[in-house]
Amino acid sequence: MQFKKSLMLGAAVAGLLTTGFAAAQEQYIGLPSYRVGAYAAGGTGLYGGWIDYMTLVNERDGGVGGVKLTWEECETEYNNARGVECYERMKNRGPTGNSVFQPLSTGITYSVLDRVANDKIPLVTMGYGRTDAADGRVFPWVFPLITTYWSQNTAKIKFIGMKEGGMDKLKGKKIVNIYHDSAYGKETIPVLDAQAKQYGFDIIHIPVAHPGNEQQSQWLRVRQERPDWVILRGWGVMNPTAIRTAARTGFPREKIVGVWWSGSEEDVIPAGDGAKGYIAAGFNVAGRDFPVIKEIEKHVYAKNKGNMEDKSRIGSVLYNRGVVHGIITLEAMRTAQAKFGAGKSLTGEQMRWGFENLNITDERLAELGASGFLPPLATSCMNHEGSGKVKFQQWDGTKWNVITDWIDSDQSLVRPMIEESAAKYAAEKGITPRDCSKEM
Amino acid sequence: MFYREAGQFKASYQEDQQIFPIRQDRIGFWVAMAFLFLAVPMIANQYWLQAILTPVLIFSLAALGLNILTGYAGQLSLGSAAFMAVGAFGTYNFMLRIDGMPFLVALVLGGLCAAAVGILFGLPSLRIKGFYLAVATLAAQFFIVWVLVKFGWFSNYSTSGVITAQQVEIFGFAFDTPLLKYLLTLVIVCVFALFAKNMVRSATGRKWMAVRDMDVAAEVIGIRLMGTKLQAFAISSFYCGVAGALYAYMYLGTVEPEGFNLDLSFRILFMIIIGGVGSILGSFIGAAFIVLLPVFLNVVMHTSIGAFVPPNIAANLELIIFGGLIVFFLIVEPHGLARLWQLAKEKLRIWPFPH
Repeated sequence: MQFKKSLMLGAAVAGLLTTGFAAAQEQYIGLPSYRVGAYAAGGTGLYGGWIDYMTLVNERDGGVGGVKLTWEECETEYNNARGVECYERMKNRGPTGNSVFQPLSTGITYSVLDRVANDKIPLVTMGYGRTDAADGRVFPWVFPLITTYWSQNTAKIKFIGMKEGGMDKLKGKKIVNIYHDSAYGKETIPVLDAQAKQYGFDIIHIPVAHPGNEQQSQWLRVRQERPDWVILRGWGVMNPTAIRTAARTGFPREKIVGVWWSGSEEDVIPAGDGAKGYIAAGFNVAGRDFPVIKEIEKHVYAKNKGNMEDKSRIGSVLYNRGVVHGIITLEAMRTAQAKFGAGKSLTGEQMRWGFENLNITDERLAELGASGFLPPLATSCMNHEGSGKVKFQQWDGTKWNVITDWIDSDQSLVRPMIEESAAKYAAEKGITPRDCSKEM
Repeated sequence: MFYREAGQFKASYQEDQQIFPIRQDRIGFWVAMAFLFLAVPMIANQYWLQAILTPVLIFSLAALGLNILTGYAGQLSLGSAAFMAVGAFGTYNFMLRIDGMPFLVALVLGGLCAAAVGILFGLPSLRIKGFYLAVATLAAQFFIVWVLVKFGWFSNYSTSGVITAQQVEIFGFAFDTPLLKYLLTLVIVCVFALFAKNMVRSATGRKWMAVRDMDVAAEVIGIRLMGTKLQAFAISSFYCGVAGALYAYMYLGTVEPEGFNLDLSFRILFMIIIGGVGSILGSFIGAAFIVLLPVFLNVVMHTSIGAFVPPNIAANLELIIFGGLIVFFLIVEPHGLARLWQLAKEKLRIWPFPH
């Protein structure tokens, strides 16, 4: 019975969507959000920011190139099976199907990786997901945009080098990598080892078992080792615990550098005063003093159309990251419209072309009111990452302060590793990599 | 009136011992089979096949495995997801490392790996019982996932620790469309369900149930506890292992060890509690309930009040309703949905003259 009932409901929804808005052109974007469960804080902030940005573009500009944006949320609960269900449910909605799938979960990313090529829907993962997908020849449909874990890790070492007064000063220094003991946490170990060899510093890897709410022994070990720097590759509750324990064992927080999943307000506020001075990387910055955020406040929240219930979270790291998701998705749409014609709904294939030919320059960012908000970005068939740049922010006890300009990653180290890993995947799956000279 | 066995005489032992002794049940069963094998491929679209039916079948198999162990043999286990992981990674490695390995053989070998691991973690069951055993199997859950992450060999040294399922070919025929994957899953699940049904009807299952009901009494009448308990662990883990391999090969395509976490083990346990502990049918109903209801609620929420209610509240409301329904069903029928079905059948037998 349930089977039939929801089949009919589904058909009714599809009917409503296609007939109700047939007059105005629209672009459908399916949002696999998560607003309940352990990671709800991340999901509500990020998808809230993204939806607010799309509302802004609809309200202020009437959509992109005359095409209204429509979207629909589907609750994944950060669960792989639910994510796949959402992917399948939303894939054929809207006039041209789902334009892009961005699950904000590495697990769901892996679960739909094989499906996107068949269904011709681009899969965009900003700052998470499969690192070697940056090789667009093997992964034409996957875009780990802005920066991958490996890239940002080289940027971290570069930042530490800058603080020490030059990369040559890294010789003989000692760095501890405290990581979440999972596939996610272990992913940067090979890069760190390679860099340790290259620059001559000592690297010590210390795992923290999930969820990481007890780290006394790890930080005692840190105290024994007396490292010059600690890299924190944490997740969820592990982050505030790490910072609190560091404060208790007296390790200077100014010498801890976190990954971006350790660098939101939600990670430092629970640690209280102990978090003062803690540094984290980010491919977007926090704060409300950007024209784009001001526009959202003016056009969206002033009309009471905002998505966030807690308005104080506007301008937080995760909210702003959602705005970045919105900006990049709509820029890809603009890029694709420039090639395939404005005023029409784009197909997944056309959107993919848009993501592959993004060129968001500093001037374009200024027009969008987002100078310094996210790094400039240019993708190609070879390079699906596009930038690799991150900024570092320091927590002063109440807010994040940006302390560096965009720091570049070391692609001479990362790129060969990405290509090697992608080639291995291609061989395992029997994929023939695309010839990028023939792509247009 | 319609559902009554009057006039159906059993003339041979074979007829007396068949799975469905009542003709109406047999007809119902074959209609259901015909629906699943013939009608579904014709009417279901890709979404139904890929996102709904295939996972329900796979989770049914996993629930069936746990039901053998918990429902029939009475050994509480919280390691089902870990045994699924062993099956998935085992099958992957057999396919990867042995050239020309047929998928079905790899599937069985993966299941056997899970069975071996299951026996190992079943050993404590000889000494500890009930909730204490659940805690001991919890060790399997964490240990196995940790091993799969820790040693790169299992994932063929993939930096992210995930495995990508190879192309499935049986006798040179590629199973690559959602429909074929659904049918293959359906065949495998049907065969395993038939085995399970026959096991619990035979001496094997009676030994399990004797051990479940009172192990001292079982020992007194000559049932070897060690063999019986470990057999239940092995068969249960084998089922879970095969389900895990299907989860990787027929459903997700790419799996990570962390996907097989405690959360999944709990979900499988809830499936048998809701569906019916100690019931083959209950495993299927429970899996369908736990997998489909959240999706159904999500769809209903979006089409009804989704436009007026803030998304945060709508998402939490779904969970509240889901939990509320579980509590409701457990109060109405503590023995699970399968028991409701059985009661309905008994009522139907005497309908419309209950006295």
